[in-house]
Amino acid sequence: MPIASRDFRELRLEGVGRDFGQHHALRDVNLTVRRGEFVALLGPSGCGKSTALNCISGLLQPTDGTIWLDGKRLDEVGPEDRGFGMVFQNYALFPHMTVRRNVGFGLVTQRRPKAEIERRVDEALALVRLETQSDKLPGQLSGGQQQRVAIARAIVVEPPLVLMDEPLSNLDAKLRLEMRAEIRRIHTMLGCSTIYVTHDQEEALSLADRIMVMIDGLPRQIGTPEELYARPASADVAEFMGYRNLVPSSAVMAGTRVGVTVSGARILGTPMATVAARAMVAIRPDDLRPTADGPITALVEIAEYHGRDFYAVARGTEGEELYFRSDRRIATGETVRLTAAPDRVLVYPA
Amino acid sequence: MSATHLSLRRRLRERGLDGVTLLVLPGVVFVLALFIYPFVYGLVLSFQPKEGGWLANYQKFFSDPFLYDTIWLTLQIAVPATLLNTVLSVPVALRVRLMKRQKLLTTILVIPITLGTVLVAEGLLTYLGPRGWLNRVLLEFGIADSPVRLIHNYWGVMLSMVISGFPFTFLLTLSYVTGIDPALEQAGAMLGARSRQRFFRILLPLLAPGLAITLALAFVQAFTVFPSAVLLGAPAGPTRVISIVAYQAAFEQYDYPLASAIAMLMAGVQVLIIVALLGARTLVFRGPVSTGKG
Amino acid sequence: MHRSMGERLWSFTVWAVVVFFVINLLAMIGSVVVDSFGTRWFNTWLPTAFTPQWYILAWNEFQLPDILLVTAEVVGAVVLISGLIGVPTAYAMARRNFPGKQFVMLLFLLPLLVPPITYGIPMATVLYQAHLAGKIWGVILANLVPTVPFVILIMIPFVEQIDPRVESAARVFGAGLGRLFIQVLVPLLTPGILAALLLVLVRTIAMFELTFLTSGPTSQTLVVALYYAVFAAGVRPQQSIDAMAVVYMITTLIWLLIALQFVNPTQIVTRAKQ
Repeated sequence: MPIASRDFRELRLEGVGRDFGQHHALRDVNLTVRRGEFVALLGPSGCGKSTALNCISGLLQPTDGTIWLDGKRLDEVGPEDRGFGMVFQNYALFPHMTVRRNVGFGLVTQRRPKAEIERRVDEALALVRLETQSDKLPGQLSGGQQQRVAIARAIVVEPPLVLMDEPLSNLDAKLRLEMRAEIRRIHTMLGCSTIYVTHDQEEALSLADRIMVMIDGLPRQIGTPEELYARPASADVAEFMGYRNLVPSSAVMAGTRVGVTVSGARILGTPMATVAARAMVAIRPDDLRPTADGPITALVEIAEYHGRDFYAVARGTEGEELYFRSDRRIATGETVRLTAAPDRVLVYPA
Repeated sequence: MSATHLSLRRRLRERGLDGVTLLVLPGVVFVLALFIYPFVYGLVLSFQPKEGGWLANYQKFFSDPFLYDTIWLTLQIAVPATLLNTVLSVPVALRVRLMKRQKLLTTILVIPITLGTVLVAEGLLTYLGPRGWLNRVLLEFGIADSPVRLIHNYWGVMLSMVISGFPFTFLLTLSYVTGIDPALEQAGAMLGARSRQRFFRILLPLLAPGLAITLALAFVQAFTVFPSAVLLGAPAGPTRVISIVAYQAAFEQYDYPLASAIAMLMAGVQVLIIVALLGARTLVFRGPVSTGKG
Repeated sequence: MHRSMGERLWSFTVWAVVVFFVINLLAMIGSVVVDSFGTRWFNTWLPTAFTPQWYILAWNEFQLPDILLVTAEVVGAVVLISGLIGVPTAYAMARRNFPGKQFVMLLFLLPLLVPPITYGIPMATVLYQAHLAGKIWGVILANLVPTVPFVILIMIPFVEQIDPRVESAARVFGAGLGRLFIQVLVPLLTPGILAALLLVLVRTIAMFELTFLTSGPTSQTLVVALYYAVFAAGVRPQQSIDAMAVVYMITTLIWLLIALQFVNPTQIVTRAKQ
């Protein structure tokens, strides 16, 4: 019998780390996932997010720290006994079994009665809208369909926790958006707790209740999507979350604000931590706007038409690269004047 | 150059026939001349016995126990050796694929294949002999009271077939095993399947087609055993394999028609078994061993 | 993944089998080597003393210099000719799709799948009728039958790896087929050709059945001479036969080691079937 029951309350990771020889792939992960939550592990390639997921699933053993499931230690338990559902990046469907047998596999290993297996498989297939494909082999299905079979296979065992390892990264852009909506719909209907690994911040922001950003094996920030979008905890996280303008600058405190210099212009920003004389300024391209009298002067080098607006790269007076968006037409070679609101200018210690 | 001449060349080129294609001719001619032609020639010759009607060679074979017994004797050696080598290769390949430094092991295992059956036969004659190291170990540790007879009999030949045959089946099976996506086993584990269940429900069905090929190739090698049976076995008796009588017919009795007939029979038995194995293979599974774009 | 007691036991057993196999293999080779250097060896673990005399005896008795020369000639010719025929054929097979290509592919696959004795006896018969057998050219031709297809099958993927546009570029700059081959293709294919030819070399040194069926007293390769020596054991001292066996082993293993710098061990076996 799987160790986890359907009414689990929380999964807790305490100081979890994993080394591969000399390489610290994962360090110091502290995370609590509560029942029904959708938590995303977000970060660039090699940041350790898949390693963390594999430690949770039991496919890897952590070299440091412990994992608790409702007060019971999980790290000694093998993946076969944890009872979690898992969706793999390349789906990992059994190529020699039909869709029906793939989805029913977890129930067969649990030795459920045949009638029950049939019923539950039908329900799962209906949930992912694949009832008509139940006798096909995986090789006969498209990528999106295989993806849905993988999801059905993971949820049919009614696991307390579903683990997803970059499930959408092998799909093309259009399919990715469709499947994202599917995953959200299924999560809302079933309410099972989910841990979702991705490198795509848009995916994480749209799907998750909470996000843990990881860089180089270390967790950098855990928060809601809004917190991560508007108030990243460090310059690294800010960079990953899309704050493309990263400018080193001197800093002078001014009450609750801090004065910084961008492209030779003095502007006010919001300090994200205690800031000394040197600082790093982070501004989203959407928050840097051209106006008639903006303090920041820059020369446009590249201007891209994106339909709804323009996306441009400009060179500041100190040689900085500044990325900004504009509703009005921007031309290469133009000199623009940019401005940004003080609470959208984030200042970090250097 | 007339218009029709030009379009003929172009038409040929469209169908893939031009000067470059002609480069296959030497190879094709070579194989036809030295492989296909001798086979056909041998087949025809087998129906032209030195005396008697056109089936006389085959009748002779099946009426003389000295001759037809060889099929049974050869199968007695080939079938167990093939089964043992193939079955043994599976667990070993499954373990070795998890190893980090496989190269050393695979290099050592390639040595018996490279050395060939003659050297293995000579090696075993020394090693398994009554005064060789193996018997010495057996006596020393009290496992046997007197030297065990392992040469010039069935067992010597069997052992040489394992030494030569196991590396072959192992390397083949290893290549099949490494072609299976490891995520499939991981998925099985996440769905609650333990090692035994993962093996029988996931790995074995996916390995089955490859194993059928391995069995076929290993059997074909084992069935045509020759130098070990002569040097290490008892060619007059228990290890009188069919290749020996074919050789004797050709080079000792100079009865080429009979020799050809025996060679055709050898080929026939091999074809039967291969067809049976490959037929069984398509019943099990028809498809690739990994899905998705993984 | 976590391992239960049963799984550990199974793992241990499998390893024990492998180790047992390797130990016996190395012991077998070792006993031949030791015996070849020993003086008298009856009821002890090792011979009473060591001597190189058997090698000198074998060198003379078995006419090893002549045999080594013949082996070199046969192997050299086989390597060269199978390369010369095989590489262009592989090029044509990789670059052109013509009617009957499947059939030709099967034609090249058959000599690799059918064991040598099966086709060797009919082939030897034909060679004897053509008065080629018993001489060195008969042996060379016989050994070419499996090696030409082997080279073809190994080289086809190597040719396919070369971007056809490289060849188009050469053509645009005026290279005819000959120049294309010599100055563009062969240099690009060198790793593949090297691998293929080294494998052919190793396989031909060890190829017994084909040479056995077609050789005469002056055209035996080392492995066939070894067979006859073992077959007629009792006429010569066992140790000198073992000395010859060691010479054979060294010859094969040196080339194996060289080949393994360029190929991995699996290719010696699995290239025969795609």
